[in-house]
Amino acid sequence: MAGDRRQAAGVDPPYLHPDYGSTARRAPRRPLVRIEYGPGELSGPAGEALIAGRAVSGPADDLTRHGAGEPIGERIVVHGRVLDASHRPLAGTLVEVWQANAAGRYAHDLDQHPAPLDPSFTGAGWCLTDADGRYRFVTIKPGAYPWRNHPNAWRPAHIHFSLLGRSFSQRLITQMYFPGDPLLDYDPIWRSIPSPAARARLVASFDPDRTVPDWALGYRFDIILGGREGTP
Amino acid sequence: MRAGRSPSQTIGPFFGFALPWADGPFAAPVGTAGAIWLRGQLVDGNGEPVPDGLIETWQASLAGGRGFARCPTDGDGRYAIHTIKPEAVVAEGATHAPHLAVSVFARGLLRRVVTRIYFPDEEAANRADPVLASIHDPAARATLLAAREVDGYRFDIRLQGDGETVFFDV
Repeated sequence: MAGDRRQAAGVDPPYLHPDYGSTARRAPRRPLVRIEYGPGELSGPAGEALIAGRAVSGPADDLTRHGAGEPIGERIVVHGRVLDASHRPLAGTLVEVWQANAAGRYAHDLDQHPAPLDPSFTGAGWCLTDADGRYRFVTIKPGAYPWRNHPNAWRPAHIHFSLLGRSFSQRLITQMYFPGDPLLDYDPIWRSIPSPAARARLVASFDPDRTVPDWALGYRFDIILGGREGTP
Repeated sequence: MRAGRSPSQTIGPFFGFALPWADGPFAAPVGTAGAIWLRGQLVDGNGEPVPDGLIETWQASLAGGRGFARCPTDGDGRYAIHTIKPEAVVAEGATHAPHLAVSVFARGLLRRVVTRIYFPDEEAANRADPVLASIHDPAARATLLAAREVDGYRFDIRLQGDGETVFFDV
């Protein structure tokens, strides 16, 4: 079936990727069991049902307005479309993002990087795609940060993206990177994607048309989900 | 040429301030008649708890709830989801035994693993289920069955090694 996640060789990383140490004890060793999609794989929750009651201090799609003041950093607009495997827009699907601040520090208790927290920046937001599958966030460009995977390891700047899709089989969590980042070629997580063409799809493009004069740079990041929805 | 789909990347260790929310574990609201707790532990290849995982469940037919739950694992790798036991679903002539679809995300998982929770008190439906029937190794099939508990069921997930949970290509 065209659009099935499993048909796209070279796109998803393998579970076991020795250059990324945390995969060693968490990667399944048995082959995945192939199943035909049933009712549970072809349907999913309504995006609206997943944001009801979630609290945020400010507009959920503007991460620069969740604190008392303006966060430090380079203000950016990140936008794009969420499409299915046949490139049809996915409307009303939940897009969630989270990221480090401009100094490369997450607002997370376990982040030990000795870079400053920003009291005006939390780094989490969400929105639902519109009828054309479009989403848009305002945020600040995250900083690179060190991690302990190997000596002198640094993650390239990235924004985490969580996509519900419209069915269980379309669910995706991924990361958006920035064009021209010299750290990409050293990053075992990005390089775990076998196909160079597929890696490139996680790198946003600078978008002069969505750059707002005197205010913020624009980046475009389209997301194409595998799986499918419908009746079995 | 049309672009292919977007590859997966790990959820990483720092999603806890963004993805979980207070109502997330409640696929069915508190007070729903007949609601159950689904509890379990996520462990790695050494049998050690995975304290930075995220469990999501989805069930296609659920009256009185949204059918979707999201719960981060705690320091002992444990999760708990409040829901209603699903009904069997008939589709294209096949009867699918009551089950929940499950996604597991964690640092060290470059893409999610997908499994299913089936119920031990549905023996006839389980025998007829096309997915369970396709798994011939009884020990592997047993990893998909929850265990009855006082107020619900327990379903542990082992990512790797002896007793490794069956994961599906979805």
